[in-house]
Amino acid sequence: MNIFYHFGRYFLLMKRAFGKPEKIAIYRDRIFEEMNSLGIGSLGIVAIISVFMGAVITIQSAFNFESPLIPPYAVGVAVRDSMILEFSPAIVSLILAGKVGSSIASEIGTMRVTEQIDALEIMGINSAGYLIVPKIIASVLFNPILIIFSMFLGILGGYVFGLMAGVVTDYQYILGITYEFRPYNVVYALIKSGVFAFIIASVPAYHGYYTKGGALEVGRSSTKGVVYTSVLILAFDLILTQVLLV
Amino acid sequence: MIIGESGSGKTTLLKCMVGLNELNSGEVLYDGRNFYDLDFNGKKAIRKEIGMLFQGGALFDSKTVEENVVFPLSMFTDLSESEKRDRANFCLQRVNLANANNLYPSELSGGMKKRVAIARAIAVQPKYLFCDEPNSGLDPKTSIVIDNLIKEITDEYDITTVVITHDMNSVIEIGDNIMFIYEGAKWWEGSKEEILKTANMEVCDFVYATKFMKDLKTKF
Repeated sequence: MNIFYHFGRYFLLMKRAFGKPEKIAIYRDRIFEEMNSLGIGSLGIVAIISVFMGAVITIQSAFNFESPLIPPYAVGVAVRDSMILEFSPAIVSLILAGKVGSSIASEIGTMRVTEQIDALEIMGINSAGYLIVPKIIASVLFNPILIIFSMFLGILGGYVFGLMAGVVTDYQYILGITYEFRPYNVVYALIKSGVFAFIIASVPAYHGYYTKGGALEVGRSSTKGVVYTSVLILAFDLILTQVLLV
Repeated sequence: MIIGESGSGKTTLLKCMVGLNELNSGEVLYDGRNFYDLDFNGKKAIRKEIGMLFQGGALFDSKTVEENVVFPLSMFTDLSESEKRDRANFCLQRVNLANANNLYPSELSGGMKKRVAIARAIAVQPKYLFCDEPNSGLDPKTSIVIDNLIKEITDEYDITTVVITHDMNSVIEIGDNIMFIYEGAKWWEGSKEEILKTANMEVCDFVYATKFMKDLKTKF
């Protein structure tokens, strides 16, 4: 029953949040601010994770493909498809759920317990719209950029570390990453990243928005936000894969 | 002024008055308009007439003092940037905070936060000002400054001000009509002269709880 209560309250919050905004210009400025803090601020961590993921997939694939039946360029194919189909959209989104999700939940939760949200309401401002919508729009617009950036760096990381480790040659790797490339895979990854971005911004915002109490509860909301976001990302990963790929 | 012990329901009543809590029964009238009967736009229109001073100030942490005061003007007026800044500076000067424009709330003292909150509340020239324990956590001298500021602004802008407090100094300093809340209900109502003379036991227990007030009673 509790789950239905949360689903209902979440959808009502979203309905309220996407109501008519007070002033479009204010929302537009807020979207750019959020893009800067949630998107640009995540470039570093996404870059580090992507390069190392690409490198590890390359070395692990090379280690497992030591068979005369598997062509050497298969390492490149494995890195490309792993990064595009799963690692960049799903794993990077899980990392962002931790980084961005906890930041959103704690920011909104702190505003709730320090009565800043009440202050917005008293002024006649749709607090849900003002606080949550710019985060969702910024996240949905910027997350696909982060994911493309991650795909590129992952494949580049695999190339550089593969050559340095001597597990693949320059020619074999480039042949592998271009072999039977399906552009639809990138479209699929971008659709997933858009859906995950919505979840990453809205679910922690929901938990932050309904925080009650003090600093301890803000921490709890942040944790809950990250946990539920991660579970939903994994669930939607499965659903979208079934719907879009099968 | 609404007074009462901690936990008596003062803040809950205030939140019902400004529409932050849902009512179980009763009505809240603003110039004859029942707030809880109005649609979304009607409520929004009334809220634009309300200024509120929260217990902790409720300033936006991510904005400077000036941005906090400019914020309601940006949301609800079509003033130019320079006009908004002028209005914010005027309000900040009115609360004696002329040189704090670029400070963030974390850099302000408790009294300064309250003054910025008052400046933000009066920026859009409200008809009603609600103050939730305006001098909680402040030293006696700063409390008097805040009390006087509320009184002056109420008279100057001809607004209706409702103050929630459990500070008897404030009651004596700025109270006109006083309501005593006890166990979630209105228990007593009168002027500040009447409250000092009342025989109501619960009110007397509250008013003369401190040694200072007891001594004052004995003296007069």
